[in-house]
Amino acid sequence: MELTRRDAVSALTALGASVAVAGCSDAAPTAQQPDRDADVDADVDADTELRETMVAAAEVVYPDEVTGIDTFVNTFLDSRLAGDRHAASVADAVAAVNDRAKSWYDDRFAALDADTRDSVLREMGADTAEPHRDGSTAEEVRYYVVNELLLALYSSPTGGELVGIENPQGHAGGTDSYQRGPPT
Amino acid sequence: MSGRPPAEDIETSAGATDRTPVADADVCIVGAGPAGALVADRLADAGHEVVVLEAGPRFDFDDRLARQEKAIRPTYSRPEVWDSDPERDAHGNSGPWFYPLNHARARGVGGSTLHWQGMVMRLHEGDFNSKSERGVGTDWPIDYADLRPYYAAAEQELGVAGGDNPFAPPREEPRPMPAFPPSYSDSLFADACDELGIAMHPVPNARNSEVYDGRSQCVGYGTCQPVCPSGAKYDGTVHIESAEEKGATVIDRAAVQRLAHDADRITAATYATPDGEYRQEADAFVLAAGGVEIPRLLLLSESEQYPEGLANSSGAVGRFFMDHLFAGMGGTLDEPTRQNHVGFLTSESHQFYDDADAEFAPFKLEFFNYAGPSPVEMALTGDDWGNDLLDRLRDGYGTHIAMGGLVEQLPREDSYIGLDESTTDNHGNPVPDVHWNVGDRALRTIERANEIQRSILDELGVDIEWTAGPDSTGPAYHHMGTTRMGDDPADSVVDAECRTHDLDNCWIASSSVFPTGGAMNPTLTIAALALRVADAVDAAV
Repeated sequence: MELTRRDAVSALTALGASVAVAGCSDAAPTAQQPDRDADVDADVDADTELRETMVAAAEVVYPDEVTGIDTFVNTFLDSRLAGDRHAASVADAVAAVNDRAKSWYDDRFAALDADTRDSVLREMGADTAEPHRDGSTAEEVRYYVVNELLLALYSSPTGGELVGIENPQGHAGGTDSYQRGPPT
Repeated sequence: MSGRPPAEDIETSAGATDRTPVADADVCIVGAGPAGALVADRLADAGHEVVVLEAGPRFDFDDRLARQEKAIRPTYSRPEVWDSDPERDAHGNSGPWFYPLNHARARGVGGSTLHWQGMVMRLHEGDFNSKSERGVGTDWPIDYADLRPYYAAAEQELGVAGGDNPFAPPREEPRPMPAFPPSYSDSLFADACDELGIAMHPVPNARNSEVYDGRSQCVGYGTCQPVCPSGAKYDGTVHIESAEEKGATVIDRAAVQRLAHDADRITAATYATPDGEYRQEADAFVLAAGGVEIPRLLLLSESEQYPEGLANSSGAVGRFFMDHLFAGMGGTLDEPTRQNHVGFLTSESHQFYDDADAEFAPFKLEFFNYAGPSPVEMALTGDDWGNDLLDRLRDGYGTHIAMGGLVEQLPREDSYIGLDESTTDNHGNPVPDVHWNVGDRALRTIERANEIQRSILDELGVDIEWTAGPDSTGPAYHHMGTTRMGDDPADSVVDAECRTHDLDNCWIASSSVFPTGGAMNPTLTIAALALRVADAVDAAV
């Protein structure tokens, strides 16, 4: 089942709401910021690694039936990484995953095959850990990586449909589906 | 871009920029929940200088989608969704029945309507005459006819979607919006209820079935309780904003500490803010802080004149604390039931409500649309992911079905809100002590409701897996009775106009004035009484 942009972006436009893009006004380098180019390059690298790691994790924690993961995860992350606190915590958790992958398997997480990526997450204890924002490494990986991705999938229409609910909790799917019977 | 902003990035709203008192205020309202908001809106509209003091913060509407994440992720407790503060909201629990107070309330501009379910029924006529018609409890000093026009006005103000109910009291006009159509799950119940001769009818919802008053129609987020990101579910912020547009001043994080007074009038409310402590004077005061904080404030405001607490010559302040009791039952069917698409109910039954007498309390029955687990919440717990998780979700979701119901409890002197002198809040004041107790009539009635629920579920062929019966019931989070209304100053706190017997310039707008509770969700009655209080205050100041 293919994930689409509709899955990643909540239907806020139906509400007439607008969401501002945070932190753009000072994004351009200026003469007063001579090191800005280097900083931006580093940020881009970090962002790229974060995103490829999250996509690689999604390929493990999402069921095989799901396709279109790369675009879905990246679109979802656009709204999740726009602020400061959450983005920093996701980055820390992703760094912990990559550190563990490099220590035990000599490569970054995204470069490992899927079975090994699954092993990394389990060996870190992210499968059995309680999700906590400020906990052990395993608990934070569970919260910021595993549950972050599962929240994205199973509150989306496609994730819901996998389970048999077109309008899962968290998705503004309207008031028709609750009236309908099961597909025949 | 749009999407899902993280819960973690919610910023505390700055709220009011000036928390100093309002000069020459006509009316000071304590509490910015639905009652305080409606009174403020009406009085501001009438041209009065109104100030509202709210202990909690003002929440940013644009954060609601992020708060929804708190509602879904198991990491967050329910009180955390609306930023409950453990020190500010500390409380005792000395009664024989545990009461989870901070699951039962939200503190801030909008009050508990921020997290409420949004069901809005009128009390039945018999509820106003429990003693004379049912032989138990006490009679209200007003009748349904006294409140009827205010019920109609309240339905317009809140925006109610509803349809015909053959058991409801008489009404003069339809509700302002059409009812939400019944659910597929309702259709499963309908055959069983037909077979048993039990009538189903629509639930009146303070939730927009179409665009209303500039607010969105329901878009089906499914997290009504505890947060509606679309604003389709009514909450008190609607009338707070309206009141402000009409000139009212609303000061958040302004926790009223004491009510200064002389023998027969309140002279000022002293309140603590992040910027310091202030004193708000006014000609009239309206207490609208709910059934726990109102009696607490009155008890804290004791004086030589009122040694047992302000406005407490009767000794009834804090006494007769009531809630509604939940009766429920559920299980699974061998077919899809289509639950959890929305977070509200579409069908109920009041068929047995007016059978109430001394032996059995009034009760209503509810047909759930959100029985069993929500897949996304399931997905965030457990030790699995990938295909194993999907298999577990498919096994766990899809065939649950359930019923609920609310049961009246009678007022009892040994069920009360007091002060827990052993614990203080963030301002050094003793915290409220919830001493909740429930009598046999309510417990018998829960069994009766369970019998009917079992008959319906058996008829439907449900494999019953759980029951919320007399031994496992809980409160519906409706705080009532603690400043009861009555004609006799010796045994009640406020009169039929909701003005305190002791103080000429103090009114109470809250379910705390309910002498009995019936078994209907109380907010529509709170709203109707608030509009009535507004008329009384308008005439007096």
